[in-house]
Amino acid sequence: MLNIGDIMETVTMIQDENLDIRTITMGISLLDCCDSDIDRSCEKVYEKICRCAGDLVKVGQEIEHTYGIPIINKRISVTPIAMLVGASGGDPIQYALTLDKAARTVGVNFIGGYSALVHKGFSPGDRELIASIPRALSQTEFVCSSVNIGSTKSGINMDAVRTMGHIIKEAAVLTADRQCVGAAKLVVFCNAPEDNPFMAGAFHGPGEPDCVINVGVSGPGVVRAALAKAGPDCDLTEVADIIKRTAFKITRMGQLVGSEASRRLGVPFGIVDLSLAPTPAVGDSVAHILEEIGLETCGGCGTTAALAMLNDAVKKGGVMASSNVGGLSGAFIPVSEDAGMIAAARSGDLTIEKLEAMTAVCSVGLDMIVIPGNTEADVIAGLIADEAAIGMINSKTTAVRVIPAIGKDVGDELVFGGLLGSGPVMRINQKSPSKMILRGGRIPAPIQALRN
Amino acid sequence: MRAVISVVGEDRVGILAMVSGICAKTNANVVEVTQSVLQEFFVMVMLIDISALNCELADLRRELEENGMGMKIQVMHEDIFHSMHRI
Repeated sequence: MLNIGDIMETVTMIQDENLDIRTITMGISLLDCCDSDIDRSCEKVYEKICRCAGDLVKVGQEIEHTYGIPIINKRISVTPIAMLVGASGGDPIQYALTLDKAARTVGVNFIGGYSALVHKGFSPGDRELIASIPRALSQTEFVCSSVNIGSTKSGINMDAVRTMGHIIKEAAVLTADRQCVGAAKLVVFCNAPEDNPFMAGAFHGPGEPDCVINVGVSGPGVVRAALAKAGPDCDLTEVADIIKRTAFKITRMGQLVGSEASRRLGVPFGIVDLSLAPTPAVGDSVAHILEEIGLETCGGCGTTAALAMLNDAVKKGGVMASSNVGGLSGAFIPVSEDAGMIAAARSGDLTIEKLEAMTAVCSVGLDMIVIPGNTEADVIAGLIADEAAIGMINSKTTAVRVIPAIGKDVGDELVFGGLLGSGPVMRINQKSPSKMILRGGRIPAPIQALRN
Repeated sequence: MRAVISVVGEDRVGILAMVSGICAKTNANVVEVTQSVLQEFFVMVMLIDISALNCELADLRRELEENGMGMKIQVMHEDIFHSMHRI
């Protein structure tokens, strides 16, 4: 029989501690939509997305009703569009508009995969797609874009890094009238996972099956509440244990929802992404977990250690709860999407340099950070190179999603609204790395790549 | 198929009657009820069989919420508790 304590624990997690399924993301391969004629190719893309994902939102809502668990987002990831551009030629914007239209038709709130994988070099379609990203993001509402510029196996493509510095800037300029939101939908990756369900970096890798369901859970509020309940007397081993146990429960829910969605949609279940994904809502913050562990403010000394423990414990707890784990799997630290991070950034306690250190021990990277609008493209490229180097050497995913706030400077803020939140413009070291960036070429694969 | 109704709020007359009345109306068989009053808070957990429900589970939930008398009411399929709390 069910235990009343267990029942009330679950109910409290959902009602009071913001436990939810962050996203059910359907990955759809578009490789069979390639055509030498771009118009024909776009038709096939639209038809396939609508056919595969037609019931996604409805099934998501049914599951919400059955289990009483909120599923915040229903999303789609597709094959990197650069591969289709390589086959069809033409203006890649047509694909962006097609994806946007398909997303609107099926009712999802983001579609990811306006992407290129260029970690070792550019193939046909890659340069055209990358060049079109700023326009694509300014002309569409739902499309998200990502570019993989490095990996542990192949090193870092510095030509792509340099280009991306300019592309991020341009994406912000073209959407300056909308809080520069274009740059918030563009992620530059090193070691990008092919099955990530979280936006803006989701795409459906070429090694994935035709259609698949991936799930991302979220529960920073639950972890913080569990630690608060345990009180200040337990030592850090016990703290890690509480996080593990809580992560297990959160992930079990993701596993249940994912397998149920896969059954109802008749699509194979891919992975659960074991992530602690914050939202700007009060009580749903990763920074507040770190502060509950015992930091005065997120960003102070001790932050990296606390985050490392949190990230590791989340994985240990989650991995046994799910039959297949993948995606990014770790604690996210998107500044503008986390109430605690926003406060720490505003007060100046959280700096980009500290965030960079934090990315070495947690999921992803420099995420949703607002920087001064007059930051040079090469400085952004330098930031991307630094972050990619951390990922490459540590065999982990890292990413950069920074938003140059056009016309604004330190002390100002950008307000995106919704899950993207709001963020103060953070100070960034403006000393120029241009000479290094302009050298171009490739940072060779590190010795860690030679594992055979 | 079974679901769990949980009700939390200020104790008052007629809560159990309201919930069980709606269950009867929707043909949900009450399998088990546990309730307690912690300080002034009323907590009730009811296990119901929903295999012969004459409406959607979502309709049952809506009806309970609309007649909720200011209580926090959740209706959730029992699988969520099994998967979360049992290995």
